[in-house]
Amino acid sequence: MIEIEHVTKRYGDVAVVDDVSMVIEPRTVTVIVGTSGSGKTTLLRMINRLVEPTSGTIRLDGVDNRTVPGPQLRRSIGYAIQGHGLFPHRTVAQNIATVPSLLGWDAGRIRARVDELLSLFQLDPAAFGARYPHELSGGQQQRVGVARALAAEPNVLLMDEPFGALDPIIRTKAQEDLLAIQRRFGTTIILVTHDMEEAVHLGDRIAVMDAGRLIQYAIPAEILARPANDFVETLVGASDRPFKLLSLGAVRDAVEPGEAEGAAIGDEATQRDALAELLWSGRAAMPVTDDEGRALGRVTVNGLVKRAARPA
Amino acid sequence: MRAWLPLFLRLCVLALLVAFLVSPQVFEPLLKPLTQNGAPAIYNQGSLLSLALQHLRTVAIATVAAIVVAVSLAILVTRPAGVEFLPLSRSLVNIGQTFPPVAVLALAVPAVGFGEKPTLIALFLYGLLPIFENALTGLTTTPANVVEAARGAGMTGWQRLLRVELPLSLPIILAGIRLSVVISLATATIGSTVAAKTLGEVIIAGLLSNNLAFVLQGGLIVAALAVLIYDALSALERMAARRMGQVSAE
Repeated sequence: MIEIEHVTKRYGDVAVVDDVSMVIEPRTVTVIVGTSGSGKTTLLRMINRLVEPTSGTIRLDGVDNRTVPGPQLRRSIGYAIQGHGLFPHRTVAQNIATVPSLLGWDAGRIRARVDELLSLFQLDPAAFGARYPHELSGGQQQRVGVARALAAEPNVLLMDEPFGALDPIIRTKAQEDLLAIQRRFGTTIILVTHDMEEAVHLGDRIAVMDAGRLIQYAIPAEILARPANDFVETLVGASDRPFKLLSLGAVRDAVEPGEAEGAAIGDEATQRDALAELLWSGRAAMPVTDDEGRALGRVTVNGLVKRAARPA
Repeated sequence: MRAWLPLFLRLCVLALLVAFLVSPQVFEPLLKPLTQNGAPAIYNQGSLLSLALQHLRTVAIATVAAIVVAVSLAILVTRPAGVEFLPLSRSLVNIGQTFPPVAVLALAVPAVGFGEKPTLIALFLYGLLPIFENALTGLTTTPANVVEAARGAGMTGWQRLLRVELPLSLPIILAGIRLSVVISLATATIGSTVAAKTLGEVIIAGLLSNNLAFVLQGGLIVAALAVLIYDALSALERMAARRMGQVSAE
């Protein structure tokens, strides 16, 4: 659990982060969203003390983070940044081994961990371990960057716009990978982005920041349904918020009894994908199957449209 | 074929240089036409080989001292605690460069006497600037997100310096050392005016006795040494840069 209490950071007279309090539950993904200069990155960097707060306290599992020396604290917290920041003069394996070797793990344990992470990120250890970062594609570099952040098995992972430099297709893949890894390790992830779409997709909770203040901190459906002010509403984007709302639910939850013609959709897909498919194929309903291909029922345009309406 | 030509030429120059230093007498017929009144064509007041080695030794000592001082200074003024000394150290090192080596020699002789010492002082002062400026450039232009990642991973200031900043600046620092070495190789010759044992002795002897053969052999040995060392250091630099995927300046 991460408790942020009345944290303020001033540079001169300007409060970059202004009296922010929030509690982040363990093993969840929290996304901090805001425009440039909203203070979201500064807030993130105060958690691992890359920036020292002017006032206020941050506690990690009950321990005030100022009681641990900075470098030691940072070795226990994963940190991944935009543009990956890999060390260009070190191989992929050496990059991933950064924190474990700072912690003094023995060589065998480091090698085993590096190989495990590379395989986890679908990079063949034999082929990629000895390469240098500049020999990798952008998507591979980003994966190595996240692998490096996770190398010492941290409970908390901080990510500063980790997918900002990726093209849309690779970004979607990287987001799926991140969610899979979060479920596997149960890591608490705090991710900063300016993209509300990404926030809705990844976040268990979303914190919206503007001009240094925490405007709203809630689950995605709540942010979409009841934005705290005009700023949050603009960020959500009035024109497509029904679709964002649908993207939060799985088709499984919208199944109605009955039958329908044509190609089926899996129950894992989002309701937004189902609606898009129905509209595109000009049908009013389509069958739903589970991952073994058994028919579960159908989804209808009417049913989905009702679900896209503002929750009461 | 094309790619091998420069390497082949360098090997030829190296072979010629070694041959000339080991048995200069073999080359006597070539240099004889440059002499007058039956003067010797090959330097006869000492071994060319030992003079060349002394020359290299003087340059090496001065350069190592300049590297240690210049790189330490550059590290110091790029740490948060030392930033305010940046302008001061810059002007100090610049003064070292503006002072002509001959003037340094003239001033150093009364203080430390004749011989190798005043030459070392002059070469050291003259060699500081290129190394310092390049080390400064290297240390201040390490990519911000890489240094940020190093901090975020929990490296201390020293660990960042030794594991990230210095290795990343290595190609640029090497370029500064290369410049410094080549300047020193040439400048060391004037050390012989204050009785330092360098190849300048051959040139000065030639100038004093109006013996063109001496002047030419002294000058050519220094030139060959400079070209070969320059090339070797350039190759080292390219190796360091290529490993990081940087495109070399060539």
